[in-house]
Order: sequence, then C-alpha cells, then structure tokens
Amino acid sequence: MSATPATPAPAVEALAALPGRKTDLIPAVVIVAFALLALPLVGSASTWITLTLAALAMGMMLFIMASGMTLVFGLMDVMNLGHAAFVAIGAYAATSFARPLSPWLDSGSAVENVAAVGVVALAAMLATAVVGWVFERLFIKPAQGNHLKQILITIGAMIIIEQLLLVLWGANQMMLPLPTALRGALVFGDVAVERYRLVSVGVGLLVFAGLSLMLARTRIGLLIRAGVENREMVEALGYRIRRLFVAVFVASAGLAGLGGTMWGFYREQFTVSIGAEVLVQILIVVIIGGLGSVTGCFAAAILIALGTNYVSFLAPDFALVSNIVVMMLVLLWRPRGLCPLATQ
Amino acid sequence: MHESDTLLRLAGVHTHIGEYHILQGVDLAVPRGGVTVLLGRNGAGKTTTLRTIMGLWHASAGTLSFDGTDITRAETPGIARRGIAFVPEDMGIFGGLTVQENLRLAAIGGAFDEARLEWIFGLFPALERFWLRPGGLLSGGQKQMLAIARAIVEPRKLLLIDEPTKGLAPAIVQNLADAFTELKARDTTILLVEQNFNFVRSLGDHVAVMDDGRVVHTGSMAELSSDEGLQARLLGLQMAAEA
Repeated sequence: MSATPATPAPAVEALAALPGRKTDLIPAVVIVAFALLALPLVGSASTWITLTLAALAMGMMLFIMASGMTLVFGLMDVMNLGHAAFVAIGAYAATSFARPLSPWLDSGSAVENVAAVGVVALAAMLATAVVGWVFERLFIKPAQGNHLKQILITIGAMIIIEQLLLVLWGANQMMLPLPTALRGALVFGDVAVERYRLVSVGVGLLVFAGLSLMLARTRIGLLIRAGVENREMVEALGYRIRRLFVAVFVASAGLAGLGGTMWGFYREQFTVSIGAEVLVQILIVVIIGGLGSVTGCFAAAILIALGTNYVSFLAPDFALVSNIVVMMLVLLWRPRGLCPLATQ
Repeated sequence: MHESDTLLRLAGVHTHIGEYHILQGVDLAVPRGGVTVLLGRNGAGKTTTLRTIMGLWHASAGTLSFDGTDITRAETPGIARRGIAFVPEDMGIFGGLTVQENLRLAAIGGAFDEARLEWIFGLFPALERFWLRPGGLLSGGQKQMLAIARAIVEPRKLLLIDEPTKGLAPAIVQNLADAFTELKARDTTILLVEQNFNFVRSLGDHVAVMDDGRVVHTGSMAELSSDEGLQARLLGLQMAAEA
C-alpha cells in the first residue's frame, strides 16, 4: 500500500467558504443519547459504567468481525453468509498457536503475556486470511453475480468448515484462557473495569483508525471507496478490480479471524458454533451501518452492543429480540444505514 | 481509408444482452484524429456500441480492433490501458470522492502531470474551484466536466463519450463544445454519441448513423449538415426539427 502524495489544493480564496465533506455527527449523537437514556433505567451509575464499558468491548470485537464483511458486501456485492466460519477459524487457530507460546502466556510477566497474545492473534489472523483466499477461489468466485447462489454456497461452506474444525480439533470444548496480566479488573471507586475489555477497546480503535486511514489516505483505499460506488467505472479507468476483490476478501477473512481470536480469549471456552452465534449480530451491524461503510459499521457495532447489554440487564427475556428492534428503528430512520456511502 | 488511418474498427459486431440481440452486425471505422459522431434515435444501439468497444459487454460475433490490435475478447481494464477512455452516459463520477480524488484515480501513472492539470483547469475552471468538493455535490454540468477531465487527465488515444450534453444548460454545452474543439486541436480522437445535432454539426468531422443495431450511413459531417433531406431521412423528423 503506498500513500498517495498530497497535491496542494489550488489557491482560491473562496475554497474555504465552500461546502466540502460534511461530517455527519448525528449517529454519534444518537449513540451517546441512547447510552445516557439507559442511565436512569439502570439506576446505578457504577453499574451503567460497567455495562457501557462491557458493551464497548463487545462492540469493538463485533466491529472487527464485521468490518471486513461490510467491505466485501459493498465492494464485491457478495453475500457471504459463511463469514462466521472465519470467526471460528480464528478462535480455533488461536488455540493451536497458543500452545507453543504457553510459557509466555503462563508467565507472570505482563510484557510476555501481552506479546504472546499479540503473536497468537496475528498468527491466527494470517491463518484465517489464507483460508479466506482458498474460500474465495472455491466458493465465492463461482457464485459471483448471483446472490441466491452465494447465500446457498456460503452457508454450505460454513457447515463444511465447522465440520472440518470438529474433525481437526475434536468435538470437545476449546480452551483459550487469558494470561494473568489480562485477567481481573481495574477498580475505580465503585466501578470495576476488566483489563481485557480495555484491551479489546484499544484494539478495536486501532483497527478502526487503521482502516479509516487506509481508506482515506492510500491508493488502495481510494480504489476500494470508488469500487464500492461503481465497480464498472473503476475497471473502465484501467484497474483490474478482480485482484482488489480477492485482496479485500482475504483481508476481510483475516479481520474476522482477529475478531474470533479476541472473542475466543474473552469467552475462554467455546465450541465450533462460536462464529454462528454472532452471525446474526454481524449481519445486523453490516446492514444498519450502511453497506461498504467502515464508519457506519463502527457506529452500528457500538449501538448493537449497547442495546444488547442494557436490555440483557433490564429485561433479559427481550435480549434476543432487542437487536432486531434496533435494526428496525435504524432502518426506519435511515433506510440506507447510519453512515451510508455517498453516491453519484 | 488506409488501414493505418483507422484507429478503431468494428467488423460485423453482434452484441447480445441476455436474450436481446442489440447490435446486429455493426461495421464502423473510426479515423485517427478528429471527432466521429455516432447518431441515431433512442434504442438504436449507440450506447451498446460504446460499451462493447470498452469490453463492458462482449461481442457475441464479429471483431473489434484498436490501433491494429484485436480487442474483441479483451477485458475492460486492458482496453482502458491501451489508451481508450470512456465517459458513460451517467458520467460515472464517484460521488463520495472529491474532484481531486476522482482525477487522481484516473491518473494511472500515480502522480498528476501538473502542466496537463493546468490545461484541464483552463478548459474547466470550475474543477479548480471545487477541487476538494465531493463529486456527489457538484452540479450536473460540473459532473460532466469532471467526467471529461478524468478521461483526459492522462493522454489517451481515443475518447468514447456518451451523450455529454444530456440535460445540460446551453452555457455548459458551449463550454463542452469549446473543450472538444481544443481536444481536436491536440489530435485526440473522439467517438461521440449524441442526440443534440446542433452540438455536433460544427464539431464533428465524420458521422455514422445507427438504426436497429446497425450502422446505416457513414460519411462526413459536412455532407450531412448541408443536406436537410438526408438529415430527415436518417435522423427522423424529430431530430430534423431540433436542428
């Protein structure tokens, strides 16, 4: 990826007065308002803070898992319902990469703990990306342009991958314990903040910043943004967008693998359905965020996670349906999503 | 016409879109240099011809050659890199990208040729004024200017332009005519699809008229412009009335 050299804007006095990009802050305001609305309902400020931070951590993991999918959906117009398989692959691969690093994971050194988790996450991400490349060749390329075919093939592919995971790793629950340095919580007065949740928020923010910078500042980012709007025109400008498709798909799988690893560490115990369990939430995040919009995906992930956490606390019986209600309300308000991409 | 004088040749080109047989044996030779105008009523196959040249739709029969090279089965990116630029009927502007980014994407080489950029600003001053404005916020005329600027930000052998004056104000149309005149002077070959006969009669050098998926007349624009009977016969009463 090369950074595009900045060409200075022509010196025109009126340029500053003209409307350029408008930053739409309304989704951010809505999310903050939604969170603040829950405060009186929760009743306790410390509980609200704990729930909100937990939601932010979950939201970041959801965002990481969904971010690649929104680009795939937006750029390639591919409905990959097998995306959850990459989450599972990431988690399972992490268990294998964690084994040789167990001396570092089990040591009392925070540096070794964090380094080991970082290595495991990166390795799992890369392994999932490789599987993503194979997946794209086998299942996505043959179904290009046919949504029904894509849905059927990718659901089938997810079942096949889950069965392969069972064959290779066995049917027992997988264990991915957090190292000592990332266990426990930091206590601020009445508020206990789990260390790993802070790490998740940090990683999620890094991924968001990295993706946003890539999209805004690099030539590949420019191609992706243009391709999401009009693939045909990008080809007519001379770019082989097929190669970009493959790169985006592989990156999407890698990101899902990273999300799966983080989710696996968070859960510490999981089965092969770890991906399928979050598929509906991932799809909702992609839809209400706005297809192809990384910013929208980020906002949507936080909103969904907040809704799930608050409702799970206030009315557990409605926890499952709360995501659907949030999706309905968002789409009634903004049918193209929270932060839709601009069109011609 | 000498083969070396022909930049683009279509021979017996048929194009099917699904079950619809749109181009039914198009024979067209676009001379090197100047403006060749493709005229015809709605549904004659003009846009399909441009899209087939560009590889966006593939010919089901016949051959296409560009600058001596067979491009019949070539993919769109490869056709573009051979030196053909396409300005579609809907302009194809990336609304979420700024004017700068739209042009940067078209500069395959990576960096702008500053002198060429200044020349483009001379043709279309509005693009300099709205350099950081997202393409989606431009007016229709400004979008068309951007679409054409994108096609010429790097030197191209052939420009394919589909109905550039559609829906534009007369002042903008004149701006475009001036731009095309200057492009002609720079030996750029243009294949222009238009329904606005007034726009092309002073601009075009050669003309091909299409009807029902075939080219039914070729000749010089001077000949067609001076023969109202021929205009009425080929272009129909509606277009003759507009002229």
